[in-house]
Amino acid sequence: MTDQPAFLELLLRLGDDCLVLGHRLSEWCGHAPMLEEDLSMPNMALDLIGQARSIYTRAGEVEGKGRSEDDLAYLRADREYRNLLLVERPNGDFAHTMLRQFYYAAFMEPYWREAVASSDAALAGIAGKAVKEIGYHVRHAGEWVIRLGDGTEESARRMAVAVDALHPYTGELFAVDGVTDAMAAAGVAPDPSALRPEWDATIDTIFADAGLRRPEVAYPQLGGRQGCHGEEFGFLLAELQYMQRAYPAMTW
Amino acid sequence: MTDAPLWEVFIRPRNGLSHVHCGSVHAADEVMAIQAARDVYTRRGEGNSIWVVPSDAITASDPALKEQNFEPAMSKIYRHPSFYEIPEDVGHM
Amino acid sequence: MYAQGLIGADAATTEDAAFLERFQARIDAEEKIEPNDPMPAGYRKTLIRQIGQHAHSEIVGMLPEGNWITRAPSLRRKAALLAKVQDEGGHGLYLYAAAETLGVTRDQMTEELLSGKAKYSSIFNYPTPTWADIGAIGWLVDGAAIMNQIPLCRCSYGPYARAMIRVCKEESFHQRQGYEIMMTLARGAPAQKDMAQDALNRWWWPSLVMFGPPDSDSVHGDQSMAWKIKRFTNDELRRKFINATVPQAEFIDLTVPDPDLRWNDDTQSYEHGPIDWDEFWRVVKGHGQMNRDRIAARRKAWEDGAWVRDAAVAHGEKRRTRHTAALAAE
Repeated sequence: MTDQPAFLELLLRLGDDCLVLGHRLSEWCGHAPMLEEDLSMPNMALDLIGQARSIYTRAGEVEGKGRSEDDLAYLRADREYRNLLLVERPNGDFAHTMLRQFYYAAFMEPYWREAVASSDAALAGIAGKAVKEIGYHVRHAGEWVIRLGDGTEESARRMAVAVDALHPYTGELFAVDGVTDAMAAAGVAPDPSALRPEWDATIDTIFADAGLRRPEVAYPQLGGRQGCHGEEFGFLLAELQYMQRAYPAMTW
Repeated sequence: MTDAPLWEVFIRPRNGLSHVHCGSVHAADEVMAIQAARDVYTRRGEGNSIWVVPSDAITASDPALKEQNFEPAMSKIYRHPSFYEIPEDVGHM
Repeated sequence: MYAQGLIGADAATTEDAAFLERFQARIDAEEKIEPNDPMPAGYRKTLIRQIGQHAHSEIVGMLPEGNWITRAPSLRRKAALLAKVQDEGGHGLYLYAAAETLGVTRDQMTEELLSGKAKYSSIFNYPTPTWADIGAIGWLVDGAAIMNQIPLCRCSYGPYARAMIRVCKEESFHQRQGYEIMMTLARGAPAQKDMAQDALNRWWWPSLVMFGPPDSDSVHGDQSMAWKIKRFTNDELRRKFINATVPQAEFIDLTVPDPDLRWNDDTQSYEHGPIDWDEFWRVVKGHGQMNRDRIAARRKAWEDGAWVRDAAVAHGEKRRTRHTAALAAE
């Protein structure tokens, strides 16, 4: 790998997205609106946590300092996490959770599909597995967006509130910088900005059935990729890291 | 509040086998029923194809008529190969 | 996961003696009873109550362990715990479906749970303050549940027996993951071993109580045994559990918190000290530390989810209307 720091950064971004979104989804376990969904959400969370583990393992290898998946997942400071602001947004109601999942998955499906051809064999392998998992997330969350958007008056209202609340965070999906440029040039991972038309089309198709409108966003919310997280993120980390911080250097 | 309808779930473990009844889910429509069945009943690689059928679309035979329906078949033993005596020397038939 | 200890089942029947005799003959011949078969009202009622309690126990049981999903100390543990708690939800789902074959709806059963009318296993009314509780629940509570559930795979009611076969197959990893957690803690740093011993101290007696009141006090056991809804007595299962579990505790050098526990060479079985049944009945009657919290959490999930369920049903109706209109237009 010619650009090791950029590749490590890329892997941390991808891994942190999976970990943090998996964490948020897992908060629902036992509290879902219906029993069937108490199985569906953990399925998606388990997919994401599994992806995070593989990505962190690869990141540890690339870094070459002997850090394990758990070292990377649990033992970094707030500013060192590189996940999108979108995935750390609190669960809110079921409309927020499903829309957040749909926005993220609709981006990651084409992302993983292209990363199957990555010049890094390990990442290509991860992508091959993840693209199937995330494809189901698009379908499941997408069906819920339709049902809530085109369900009752109340569900339509809640769905519209969720769109207004979350859409400003979607711009970060497509943000480019030195890392994404270098990785795209090296054939390691797709250029996220190139995935925008497909994402827009996926959103528009589902929104048309849901009776929703994709809003114009004047100022996209950015910062996650630079480790500038929202206020709730510290509480997420406090829970996530509690055991590792309270009982350092033990085996679990 | 209306209950979401009940669906019966049938899973085919692998190609070459029939779909077999494995349980039920509640779902408001057929798309969500398939997804619920997938999420509930195939978490351990139990199958590669799912059918869902609205439970109220199934017509069952009357258990009170069980004897009329099924006992008459019991005595027709000539429908089974073991009814016929063929010398062993003939070989497998 | 769940263990017996049916509370307040009323198996009274009004059918005539000939009917009951024919039914009992089928049971005695190990014939399975299926949903549309004639059955005594008491049999139906007992099953609805037992399967309902069992299902509720799975659902409420998601809460004490779910409490640790976001704080699990490693990604491997997190994935295993999430999969396990998800399984409990699945088991609740299979069991509600089995009960629905007897003519009760899941919504009715849910309302009974939330109103406090229906019971669930009182083991879940204890809190899980430490990570070691996750190990202890898997090892002891799931271990106790398995003792009870394996014989239920041969229960006389077909849909219940089939649900239990699926449940037992899936649960086989639950106890192992719990014991592995305890073993890791017991062999870890002193703080970890203390955590493990503390959890064993707190969960041991509630686990023994999961098997229900002693046979001498059990009111409804006999009829359930005769109907083969239940296949071993409470005390038999409790003894099997203790005999299996004590050596496991010794293997990881943890101490079972019962000073009177001793091996009886004649019976080839352990004898345990006195169980505090007053405490058991207190918790059953709603005075455990977590009773109110558990029901409040379930009620909140149900009420907060009402608009989602309504939306799904409303959309389903729209879909069917549009589908019919599209067919008519062809």
